[in-house]
Amino acid sequence: MDLSLNDVQMMLADSVDKFIGNDYDFETRQKYADSKQGYSDAAWQTFAELGWTSVTLSEDDGGFGGGPVDLTVVMERFGRGLVVEPFLANVVLAGGVLKRDANATQKSAWLLAAISGELQTTLAFTEPSSGYQISDITTTAVSGEDDDQSWQLSGSKAHVINGGSAELIIVAARTSGERRDKHGITLFGIPATAPGMTIRSYPTVDGLRAAEISLDNVMANHSQVIGKIDSGYETLNSAVADATLAVCAEAIGIMTVLTEKTIEFSKGRVQFGVPISSFQALQHRMVEMYTACEQSRSLLMWAAMMMHKGGPAAEQAIHSIKYQVGIAGKRVGEEAIQIHGGMGVTWELDVSHYFKRLTAIGLMFGSADWHLDQLAAPDVA
Amino acid sequence: MNVTFSNEEIAFRAEVRAFFETEFPQDILEKQRLSIALTREDVVRWHKVAYKRGWGAPNWPTEHGGTGWTSVQKYIFADEQARASAPVYLSFGVSMVGPIIYTFGTEQQKQRFLPDILEFNTWWCQGYSEPGSGSDLASLSTKADLNGDHYVVNGTKTWTTLAQFADWIFCLVRTNSDVARRQEGISFVLIDMKQPGVSVKPIKLLDGECEVNEIHFDNVKIPVENLVGEEGKGWTYGKVLLQHERTNIAGVANSKYRLERLRAQTNESIRGATPLANNSVFMRKLAAAEVELKALEYTELRTLASISSGKAPGPESSILKVAGTELHQQIDSLYVEAAGYYALPFVPEQYDIDFPIDERIGNGTQTKSALSYFNHRKVSIFGGSNEIQKNIIAKHVLGI
Repeated sequence: MDLSLNDVQMMLADSVDKFIGNDYDFETRQKYADSKQGYSDAAWQTFAELGWTSVTLSEDDGGFGGGPVDLTVVMERFGRGLVVEPFLANVVLAGGVLKRDANATQKSAWLLAAISGELQTTLAFTEPSSGYQISDITTTAVSGEDDDQSWQLSGSKAHVINGGSAELIIVAARTSGERRDKHGITLFGIPATAPGMTIRSYPTVDGLRAAEISLDNVMANHSQVIGKIDSGYETLNSAVADATLAVCAEAIGIMTVLTEKTIEFSKGRVQFGVPISSFQALQHRMVEMYTACEQSRSLLMWAAMMMHKGGPAAEQAIHSIKYQVGIAGKRVGEEAIQIHGGMGVTWELDVSHYFKRLTAIGLMFGSADWHLDQLAAPDVA
Repeated sequence: MNVTFSNEEIAFRAEVRAFFETEFPQDILEKQRLSIALTREDVVRWHKVAYKRGWGAPNWPTEHGGTGWTSVQKYIFADEQARASAPVYLSFGVSMVGPIIYTFGTEQQKQRFLPDILEFNTWWCQGYSEPGSGSDLASLSTKADLNGDHYVVNGTKTWTTLAQFADWIFCLVRTNSDVARRQEGISFVLIDMKQPGVSVKPIKLLDGECEVNEIHFDNVKIPVENLVGEEGKGWTYGKVLLQHERTNIAGVANSKYRLERLRAQTNESIRGATPLANNSVFMRKLAAAEVELKALEYTELRTLASISSGKAPGPESSILKVAGTELHQQIDSLYVEAAGYYALPFVPEQYDIDFPIDERIGNGTQTKSALSYFNHRKVSIFGGSNEIQKNIIAKHVLGI
């Protein structure tokens, strides 16, 4: 039995750690988050040059052939650094779709451009009324009268991360079937500038950016179809599962930092003539924070291994880890703020920003309750 | 055993409801419902409307111009206020410094300060916490040194709510460092904010708002007439103040109507989504919060019943703050869950007065839910953190 990282993964971990340690302190992060687009082009280029953006791509696609474990190695460290660069949108979501289903032309035009940092991309799948159900897609793609070579897309997409910067938006649209059917979903690569696209970008509570996108008879031809008509669901679901694992790893990085910072703060904060860390009521709560972190980390390892294996076990693992991180993240985040007292609710202190990102992660790709529901449903477990 | 209200109390409720439905500025209620921040002018305006109605000070005795209401009337008023989505009285003047002045102040202080508090001509803020003195308030170090006919104040106060709008601040300051118990060297003073040496620096909170401030006093002179009561007794006055306010501390009325609105919302199909009412997991959580609320409401009513029959509040009243703030935060979490992805946009300008409501991202105030959840982490921290509250209960109620 060996639960340690391999040499390549160790090097990857080391490389991200060095960057976060040397070039990505909290002030720098805030400067990037406060800029108009919400991240640094230079930092993003660095990510590409250091090879992090191609970590989960096969060697044929120009990547390192890494898997879910490699992804969690990077993401946990991004969590520690509270990284705002659009890795999730480009590499995990859009990249996750493209690496699975794109043809050779699409790969060279879109995937390679995305991972080299030349093209900003994202995946638009959530809709204003879909909640967390991935198959709940009402955006329609209607084919032309005489052919099945062109489509008109209409509908709304909600909370598209990196939607304001993305030049290519992969849109999940319904080409057949009923509203929540898995069959009948097709993936299209749509330029952000295509006529009929309206993109409303906004900052999110965690300092990142997302967008509401409306499509009004947006034209697409067959060269923009990614994968097979009507058969996009599996790929979509897999890319979102990757993204779910990724944000869970990120959350564990964040929880670890919050626990460390809370312990440190409690040792330095003197009230009633003693450091507040000497109060048993607080000690136990910090032990519980630590326990929540470590239990989550253990489950993440299992989930990453199951994802590598694939199949129903992977599905179950994703629901389990997102449930665990949802519960643990809320607890650790709230406790970190409470133990920091007044300082914990200030904008100035990094702790509140870690808390906000943790909260946002809790709401993305399914809440704790939603994932537990999936596990409890008889057809999953 | 019953909780029926007397005919007078029922009539009083109707009177209060009519006040909020007709006399109270409706534009301010509308802003409240849409989560649009009130301006300083709005706050002053509605307090003056309440004053004109004779309700400038619901908690004061009539001899000082208050309503002289019974505890039950105050309870009914707070309930109707929350039902109407009306803002609550700014507590610093009418609930905090006012009672201290009429209880411990000189005749001259009463005449000088009370009418302006009643009429809301003066905006007060509170200077208790300091950067190094939070839960351990008695360790405060802002000094007031007596020099002839005035004190010279030096030090820093923090977490001062809405100080950016304030005219006056009441402070606990140290007038004597050479005392056996730290509490004994603390005095209660009133300071005019509009004078040299007072500087107000906003503190941005995690939701991006600047509702609290840090205040520096640099050789600020205050006349000895601004000392309330005896020198060195400030701590005792502060404690008396805390005992004054047993009711409403739990925010029952606020929680009750927030839960009602949330339940109503669960039946809506927002943007064509399945109504939350179909989500049994969410509905169980909502139901659990409603049970909590009922328990809290009855804990408060027990306290009220004791007071209205002339007895001291029972020991159960000590749990109101902890239980009340926990429920408050639990409800915040439910609103965030209900909003889902729509809790995430951070677009404060959507809540500006001139922003078109139908162009808001998210339904109604969905995009306020996470910000409220973040902001309200403070309710278990300020006014004596919940940890301190539990220490007090352990010591004074359980006798541990």
